[in-house]
Amino acid sequence: MSKHVLMSREMLLTGAIILLLGIIASRFPAFIAPSNLVNVFNDTAPLILLAIGQMIVILTRCIDLSVAANLALTGMVVAMINVAMPELPVPVIIVISIGFGALLGMINGVLVWKLAIPPIVVTLGTMTIFRGTIFLLSDGKWVNSHEFSDTFKAFPRTELIGLPLMSWIAIAAVIFFTLLMSRTTLGRAFYAAGGNPHAATYAGIDVGKTQFWAFTISGALAGLTGYLWVSRFAVAFVDLAGGFELNVVAACVIGGVAIMGGIGTVVGAMLGSLFLGIISNALPVVNISPFWQLAISGSAIIIAVALNAQANRDKGRIILKRAEHAT
Amino acid sequence: MLMHPDQKSDLLGAETETPVLALNRVTKTFPGVTALSEVSLVLFPGKVTALVGENGAGKSTVVKILTGIYQPDGGEIEIDGAPCRFPNSQAAGDAGVTAIHQETVLFDELSVAENIFLGHAPRGRFGLIDTAEMIEKARAILVSIGAQIDPHTRLKDLGIANKHLVAIARALSIDARVVIMDEPTAALSQKEIEELYVLVEELKDQGKAILFISHKFDEIFRIADHYTVFRDGALVGTGSIADVSEGELVKMMVGRDVSQIFPERDHNVGDEILVVEGYEHPTEFADIDFTLHRGEILGFYGLVGAGRSEFMQSLFGITQPASGTLRIDGEKVVIRSPADAVANGIVYVPEDRGKQGAITALPIFQNVTLPSLGRTSRNGFLRLAEEFKLAREYTERLDLRAASLDTDVGNLSGGNQQKVVIAKWLATQPKVIILDEPTKGIDIGSKAAVHEFMAELAAQGLAVIMVSSEIPEIMGMSDRVIVMREGRIAAELSGDQITPESLVRHAAGI
Repeated sequence: MSKHVLMSREMLLTGAIILLLGIIASRFPAFIAPSNLVNVFNDTAPLILLAIGQMIVILTRCIDLSVAANLALTGMVVAMINVAMPELPVPVIIVISIGFGALLGMINGVLVWKLAIPPIVVTLGTMTIFRGTIFLLSDGKWVNSHEFSDTFKAFPRTELIGLPLMSWIAIAAVIFFTLLMSRTTLGRAFYAAGGNPHAATYAGIDVGKTQFWAFTISGALAGLTGYLWVSRFAVAFVDLAGGFELNVVAACVIGGVAIMGGIGTVVGAMLGSLFLGIISNALPVVNISPFWQLAISGSAIIIAVALNAQANRDKGRIILKRAEHAT
Repeated sequence: MLMHPDQKSDLLGAETETPVLALNRVTKTFPGVTALSEVSLVLFPGKVTALVGENGAGKSTVVKILTGIYQPDGGEIEIDGAPCRFPNSQAAGDAGVTAIHQETVLFDELSVAENIFLGHAPRGRFGLIDTAEMIEKARAILVSIGAQIDPHTRLKDLGIANKHLVAIARALSIDARVVIMDEPTAALSQKEIEELYVLVEELKDQGKAILFISHKFDEIFRIADHYTVFRDGALVGTGSIADVSEGELVKMMVGRDVSQIFPERDHNVGDEILVVEGYEHPTEFADIDFTLHRGEILGFYGLVGAGRSEFMQSLFGITQPASGTLRIDGEKVVIRSPADAVANGIVYVPEDRGKQGAITALPIFQNVTLPSLGRTSRNGFLRLAEEFKLAREYTERLDLRAASLDTDVGNLSGGNQQKVVIAKWLATQPKVIILDEPTKGIDIGSKAAVHEFMAELAAQGLAVIMVSSEIPEIMGMSDRVIVMREGRIAAELSGDQITPESLVRHAAGI
């Protein structure tokens, strides 16, 4: 039955997104022109990448508040590498950014796994440490557009069949992680460890280690996004993407990821991100103040959580035989 | 109602004294289970009444009814001879009934004084809590029970014995007339127990009626005036402690009509499969040695807290023993994690299936294959067709009926969830299966099905370890029984040695 519930939850969200687009189109038809929708998707790509990682972390009953700081630190590191070695090819830069981000994620993972520190505390701490490290590395200076090599800046904008590579990377990540979550033992372990850690332990799953891998994946995606972000906006500085971790968590919650763990899908995280992405792109266009944007995003989060709580409400004990098959 | 504390009538003198509190033919049922059936209980001022019975006899249900947590379905509660009701725990407290639990229900982060007066703190100006007076009163009460505790101390800095004293002080602070002590000595050292006895005497002198729940016969005979025995939710005996012997009490506790039928088994056991030698844990158990054979059901009996589940958890790799060796099929194995245990053919079906058994947000087939993913996957990739095949095979064997294997386990009834959990473990093709309280809290019909199933497993050559606190189940199912007491093996019984009396004697250490 889970497939049905999740399906309906994702259908509901898709419906909400279409409705949102309809409302915006009634005031500003050009918004739903294909070329603009491509832009919106491309704008939302970083959020999608981070939300996928965050979804996996939340699935295991943890939370990763350090994603935006990881993004900024990795972004600064690859920016400085590019300044020092402009001829280093982009694929190498990408491998470095994924690897460095994963390493930062592993720090979170080890602290949660081996020292059993609550994840919110661990990632709040590493968030600050990462930001501080950027300052130490850069002396608080910005790395500006003219300092980057052209290939470094061009990569995410390069178009392939009408879509920038940035968007293709987000799409590839959605497909890759959908397969990982549904078709591998590691993916199953994420669901089991978050759904019922005790039962997972008895089934031979190391819950702490599973959480470690979740943080590693989240870190790797944050690192990759770090490069994409820095190259797209052609700038790296201490406060890059400051506060963005909250958008990421919000995208997950809107996307139907249960904050108590065990429930969530990659597609849900993507839809939650798109919902937020559309709002933030559309409101300035239809001349609504950015403060309304915050209020609307906030309302969306509360509505999403309320709907999820409704759906997950304990149906009580099933005692009647006929009730068992009716559900 | 402070009566003559010196009037030590050894009559069960309902005629001479009015009980402070009485239960009259109280019945309590839960779906499928009758927890209490027309039981009566009387408590007199200045007297200690021991409530005796096996696990599951209904003692805790009585405590919950007396403290307003459960409502009786029939019968009545009387205070000073007048019928009354306890719709909630507040009402029971107002009527002067208070309970001191095995594990004290107090607040670790609050001070001793705050714990004592939580909910009825003395108020000063503007209705604010008068801290100074509260501390003073708390100090007075603590002194009156001979406790040397500073009322400012935070509760978590106290030892168990002192926490009990705080609980008792709390009972006194609300002017309790009935004090329920639920296995108060379970976690205390001998010296602390002696101090508790002194305190119980003091409470008696103050005219409090005490309901004392204990498994330990020595303390029952030491401090109780009256006894009441429950068995299977019914009253089987009550009277003055002076007129009864230990043996008679044991008989009342366990002597029963055989109302349950257990499956026929030929007790043919096969070769040794599991040998445990010298298993030892720093705090939980020591000197555990036994062997287990193919086709055998080995019962583990003991009181709650005897260390049975703790030992089983270390056998399964959840915790690590400090020393000891384990042989499976003659080969020495080391189990460091549950995954090792499963790989070596040991599975553990834990007691709390709700918490430790099924993953309700996952569908049936994913629950069944969870510990067997090594077989249904290749290089870390799942093979869904294999998973469905495995899940179908084992759910069909257990006659699990669900619309589809894709159904979330959370949508199944309790009985079917249990089948999913059992299917999950059978699918690992174990050699040894540990069942921890396999029939706790389920109705008679489902119990019979579980027993049937255990017999079948043993007949197929599986070695079964059954941890159970129910004497009929232990007697009806086991080929051999190991009785544990205080973390050690107290006795190993087989054949005719397995009698209710011997089980209780070894478990209680008398």
